[in-house]
Amino acid sequence: MAEASAVEIFARRHRLHPLEALPWLAAAAGFFVFPGYLALGGQILATILYAISADLVLGYAGIVTLGQAAFFGTGAYTAGVLAAHGWGEPISGLLAAALAAALVGYASGLLVLRSSGLGLLMQTLVVASLLAEAANKWNSVTGGADGLQGMVVWPIFGRFEFDLYGRTAYLYTLAVLFLGWVAARHIVHSPFGRSLTGIRENALRMPAIGAPVARRRLAVYTISAAFAGIAGGLIAQTTQFVGLDVMGLERSGSVLIMLIIGGVGELYGAFIGVPLYMIVQDRFAVADPVYWYFWIGLLMVLLVVFARGGVLGLVRALRARLRR
Amino acid sequence: MSAFVTIAFDGFAFAMVLYLISVGLSVTMGLMGFVNLAHGVFAMAGGYVMTTLMTRAGLPFAVALLSAAIGVTLLSVAVERLLYRRLYGGDELDQVLMTMGLIFMSVAGATYLWGPVPQPMHPPALLAGQVDLGIGVFPAYRAFLIVCGAVLVTLLWLGVERTRFGIALRAAVDNLRMAQSLGIDTSRLFTLAFALGSGLAALGGGLGADLLAIHPGYALENLVYFLIVVAVGGLGSVRGPFVAALLLGFADTAFKYLLPQFGAFFIYALTMAILLLRPRGLFGRG
Repeated sequence: MAEASAVEIFARRHRLHPLEALPWLAAAAGFFVFPGYLALGGQILATILYAISADLVLGYAGIVTLGQAAFFGTGAYTAGVLAAHGWGEPISGLLAAALAAALVGYASGLLVLRSSGLGLLMQTLVVASLLAEAANKWNSVTGGADGLQGMVVWPIFGRFEFDLYGRTAYLYTLAVLFLGWVAARHIVHSPFGRSLTGIRENALRMPAIGAPVARRRLAVYTISAAFAGIAGGLIAQTTQFVGLDVMGLERSGSVLIMLIIGGVGELYGAFIGVPLYMIVQDRFAVADPVYWYFWIGLLMVLLVVFARGGVLGLVRALRARLRR
Repeated sequence: MSAFVTIAFDGFAFAMVLYLISVGLSVTMGLMGFVNLAHGVFAMAGGYVMTTLMTRAGLPFAVALLSAAIGVTLLSVAVERLLYRRLYGGDELDQVLMTMGLIFMSVAGATYLWGPVPQPMHPPALLAGQVDLGIGVFPAYRAFLIVCGAVLVTLLWLGVERTRFGIALRAAVDNLRMAQSLGIDTSRLFTLAFALGSGLAALGGGLGADLLAIHPGYALENLVYFLIVVAVGGLGSVRGPFVAALLLGFADTAFKYLLPQFGAFFIYALTMAILLLRPRGLFGRG
């Protein structure tokens, strides 16, 4: 056979692979197999969306950020404050969360994306700290350190009420995650997404082939913020509570860890890393949350030193070895 | 008027602590280009070792402080050789993750060893009371902190300006490859600079234990402040962070006295503004 043309390669890349059904089958199975863990399951699904948002900026555009929680938190507080002040319609609440987070992402992106490397890292951290402090001190709206209470979330489409077992919450989160995944998949395989990868690999050459680097980076930063905002809104609506930790440095940092465990710039790293991290955390936290921190810290150090590429990287290395 | 003097005094004391802790970070980041988020761990370790030696072993303040600094310096050499060294010149993300991992381990380790409550800090009897400086009456320990900080800063600057080590250090910050070509053993230089920075951080953590309480979350909660000092001051600079620490120390103290309802909000806003106008910090090289 003749060599496949570039068009065919790209077309194939976008085509759905059977393996891609795996996470969804697992998520659906989880609903029936673990009815007692749906609350945790819903959190995992929402966090996967959050990790996808981080993967868009980190894995595809190569922007190392320590402030992703700013957008997650903005979304969570937007959905939360709406629901606490009489507008509990969940879907419009999520859209508002996405919009608010995207606005914050766009505005802060305009400022921080002018630098790169360490400066950028610093500025994303400062932006997140700024918003976290605002949420902490703006007691009358956010509830401050006590957290936002009194959220009332209406039934979805006016029909499906959020139940005590988290069944509705789980399916609702799963549906939103699926839509988010479809959107993210389109984005990374689009010419826009390919240009992001190009910018990540060589930010100096991309302008030479006519890619507006600064605008592309700002665009993906904004899109990613919107995704993170939706994830935050989901968590707020399904747990009916928003605490200060939604903006914390820990949330910005842990999402990087989850991505690294799964694999960065793969879109599927989130589906592996997040459940692994959160399930182990849940198990450990029961025994002793302090030990959990020690082991996750040690794991990060070891991962960086020995296993770059995460689980997906290990799988690929293994397959390459078997094929030989 | 008296409020102003109090703010200036406390701000100055806080600035000294911030500077002692952060100056090493500035050098590691500027010299090795290493994103060391775990720098605060060394300051925390200094604080813990010092307070433990004082309360449990009954050692006098000065002895405890110096032992803590020496202990942490030795520890930092081991950590640098074992872990940091592998990632020099590597991926930023790797550095972020590894140092974040170290922070997490420090949080767990400190809770395991010392429990979640902050460590008590009892200044020695000589420094426990108040002292009248003519312009007002101040806590003696804070005054000691300022004097001590000033002495250390002077020694540090003299060292960087006058010693062979300082000259090599400045040369390497300016142009690493050229420094290597001239026969400077930069690998050894890195270790020494890292150790010096960590030792100073331990001193800062110990001295400042009553301003920045020693507790397990120390490295995580104060990380933003340490990074602000470095970023605003300018990477690789020794003097820049001093100015930045002064700014941050005064501003933080002033806002906490005058506008406590806004917390650190304006500090972050101010930092953002400075970084926007001068992305490489006040004294960073362009």
